Amino acid sequence: MPHLPIDLPFTRYLDAAGQVVRELPAWAADGQLLVRLYRQMVLTRLFDQKAVALQRTGRIGTYAPTLGQEAIGVAIGSLMQPRDVLVPYYRDTAVQLLRGVSMREIFLYWGGDERGSAYASPAAAEDFPLCVPIATQALHACGVATAFKVRGEHRVAVTTCGDGATSKGDFLEALNVAGAWQLPVLFVVNNNQWAISTPRRIQSGAPSLAQKAIGAGFAGEQVDGNDIIAVYDRLQVALERARQGKGPHLLECISYRLGDHTTADDATRYRSAEEVKQAWLAEPIRRLQRYLADQGLWDEQQEQALITECQAQLQEAVDGFEQTPAQDWSSVLEHVYAQWPAALAEQREWLAERAARAAGGEHE
Amino acid sequence: MSEVKRSLLEAVNLALHRAMAEDENVLVLGEDVGINGGVFRATAGLRDSYGFKRVIDTPLAETMIAGLAVGMAAQGLKPVMEIQFLGFIYAAMEHLVSHASRLRNRTRGRLSCPLVVRSPMGAGIRAPEHHSESTEALFAHIPGLRVVIPSSPARAYGLLLAAIDDPDPVVFLEPTRLYRMNPQPLADNGQRLPLDCCFTLREGSDLTLISWGASVVETLQAAERLAEQGVSAEVIDVATIKPLDLATLEASVRKTGHCVIVHEAPRSGGIGAEIAASLYERVLLDLQAPIQRVTAPDIPPPLYRLEPLYIPGVEDILAACDLVLHYA
Ligand SMILES: Cc1ncc(C[n+]2csc(CCOP(=O)(O)OP(=O)(O)O)c2C)c(N)n1
Ligand SMILES: [Mg+2]
Repeated sequence: MPHLPIDLPFTRYLDAAGQVVRELPAWAADGQLLVRLYRQMVLTRLFDQKAVALQRTGRIGTYAPTLGQEAIGVAIGSLMQPRDVLVPYYRDTAVQLLRGVSMREIFLYWGGDERGSAYASPAAAEDFPLCVPIATQALHACGVATAFKVRGEHRVAVTTCGDGATSKGDFLEALNVAGAWQLPVLFVVNNNQWAISTPRRIQSGAPSLAQKAIGAGFAGEQVDGNDIIAVYDRLQVALERARQGKGPHLLECISYRLGDHTTADDATRYRSAEEVKQAWLAEPIRRLQRYLADQGLWDEQQEQALITECQAQLQEAVDGFEQTPAQDWSSVLEHVYAQWPAALAEQREWLAERAARAAGGEHE
Repeated sequence: MSEVKRSLLEAVNLALHRAMAEDENVLVLGEDVGINGGVFRATAGLRDSYGFKRVIDTPLAETMIAGLAVGMAAQGLKPVMEIQFLGFIYAAMEHLVSHASRLRNRTRGRLSCPLVVRSPMGAGIRAPEHHSESTEALFAHIPGLRVVIPSSPARAYGLLLAAIDDPDPVVFLEPTRLYRMNPQPLADNGQRLPLDCCFTLREGSDLTLISWGASVVETLQAAERLAEQGVSAEVIDVATIKPLDLATLEASVRKTGHCVIVHEAPRSGGIGAEIAASLYERVLLDLQAPIQRVTAPDIPPPLYRLEPLYIPGVEDILAACDLVLHYA
C-alpha cells in the first residue's frame, strides 16, 4: 500500500498491559471517573454475553455483539450531554445503555419487537434508532446538526459507523457537507478491522480512515479504540469544539471485533484463531483493570461485587423483557402513518380477520 | 447424470459454478461473496474454483457495485452482482434504473448491459430490520429490466443460468424462506429454463391460483386442501414477473373462471394489481367472480414477533378462494 505523506495524530495512553505510555491528561487524575468508566465497560460486556445467550436459546433474534469495542461506546455515552443527539448504528449497545435506553428495550428490539426503539429515556428522546442500512445514518446526523446550526443551538450530533461504512457514498457525502457547512457533527468510526468477512485492507487504499476528513476540509485523527482514556480524551476535545461552533471532526477508533459479526455469522470461516487470540491481548477492559489495580483503585473483591451487581441487574432486565406481553396485532398499523388512512380502512378489517385466523379464532 | 437432492440455495450455487465454468466472461462480485462464500453461502466455493479476479469481494458500497457492473457489462463481461439483502439495494437503484435498463436503448444497440443482480428477498426467517422486504414491483416498473423470482430448486437452477445467458439486465430475487426448505432431486445438466414464461405447477379446472416466490409454498398447500374438499385448483408460478406471460395466465383463467392472486409484497402497486388488470382486459366475461388478491398489508414488514401477520398464510388463501368460489 502506498504511504501518502499524511501524518495524522494517533493517541494512546495505556498500552495493552495497562502501562502508561505517555503522560495522562489532567482529567484522568479523577480515579472515581475512571472507575465509573470501568464499571460501565464491564456492565456492557456482561449485557452482551447475556444477549448472545438469549439468542442462542431462541429468546431473541440475531444480535450484533460489541465484544472488544466497549471502550468506544462507553466513552461516547459518558461524554454526550442529554441534549446532544446520537445517530447510531447497530453495534452501539454501549452508547445506548448510557443514553438511558433500558436493557429491556434493547432486548425487545433484537427480540423482534418495535417497542425496543421507542426509548422511554428523556436523554434518548431525540436519538435515532439503530441504523441498519450501512452509513446512511451519517447523513441523518448532518441533517440533525444542520437543524442545530440553523437554530443557533450549542448541541452536537454524534454518529457512529464501522470501517466498512466509510466506503459508502453516504459516508463520504456526509463528510463533504459537514466540512462545507462546518456542521456541529462528530463522526466516530469504530474500526474493528472487519466488515463481516471483508478485512480493513480491502475496504480502502487509504492508510487511515481518519484522513478521509482531510479531503472534506476538517480534521481527523486516530486513537487506540481499546484505550478508553485515549478515546475519552480526544472525544472530549472534539465534542467541545463542535459545541462551540468550530466544526466537525472525525475520530477513527482502532479496535477489533472479538466476536462474530452477528450471532448469524461464523467468523472462523474467514479469519484465523491466531489473529483473534492476539487481538484478545489488546482488549479494552483488562488493560484499564490493570491500571486501576496498579493505582490501588480496584481489587478482586470489588470486581466480584460488580459482577454480582451487574448479573442481578441483567436478570431483572431479562425478566422484564420476558414478561412484556406481545404487541396487539393492530400495532402493525398504528405507526405507519400518524393515523391509519381512512382510505385503507378495509385493510384493517382483513388484517383483523387474518389475525383472528392465525390465533384460531381467539380474537373477534 | 445423478439427481442429488438440493435446496434452492444449493441450486443457485450450482448454477453459478456451472455458468462460471462454461463462460470465462462470467464473474461474481459483491460484499462477502469471496472467502465467506456469501452470507447465505450462495457463492460458496466459487473463489477457490475461479480465483479472486472473477469472484470479487468488493468494498462495502452498493452504488459502486452496481455502477461497476454496468461498466463491466458494457465491456462484454457478464457480471453477476450480489446485493446482500434486497433491503440494501436502494443505493444501487440509480445505476439499475438510469443506466443498466436503458444503455441498449440509448445507444441504439451499440452498447448493452447483460448483468445479473442477485439478491435474497422476503420475510419469514426472523431476520433483523430491513432484511425482509419484497419490493419486486419497484424493479418490474422499470422498462428494460427483467425480474425473475424462482420458487423451487429446479427453477432457481434453470432460470439463473438463463438469466446469466440473457443479453439484457436481469434482477434475480431469491426468497430466503425457501433457501433451505424442501430439497429436491436436481441434476447439474446445464439445462436452462425459459424466462418470460409462467410455470403451471398443478393443473385444475375450478379455480386458478397465481403466485410467485415464497408464497408459492402456501399456495400449493391451499390447492391441496381444496382438493380434499373436491375443488380442483390450478396453480401457476409466475416466475418472471416482468415481462409477464399473460398468455398462460389468460388461458388458465378462461378455463376456470375463478382467480386468486397471492403475493408476499404489500398490496398497493404490487404485481398482483398488474396481473388482475391485465386479466380483466382480456377475460372479463369469462370470470364468474371478481379476482381476489391475498397479499401483505401496506405496512413495512413488522419485526419478527408479528411477522406472521404480514405473510399470507394458507388460511388467508383459502378464505379468498371461498369468497371467489361462492360468489353470487
Ligand atoms: C447498505 C448495506 N449494505 C449491506 C449491509 C449488510 N451488512 C450488514 S453489516 C455489514 C458490514 C459492516 O461492517 P462495518 O461497517 O465495518 O461495521 P461492523 O459491523 O464491523 O461494526 C454488512 C455488509 C447493510 N446492512 N447495509
Ligand atoms: Mg467493521
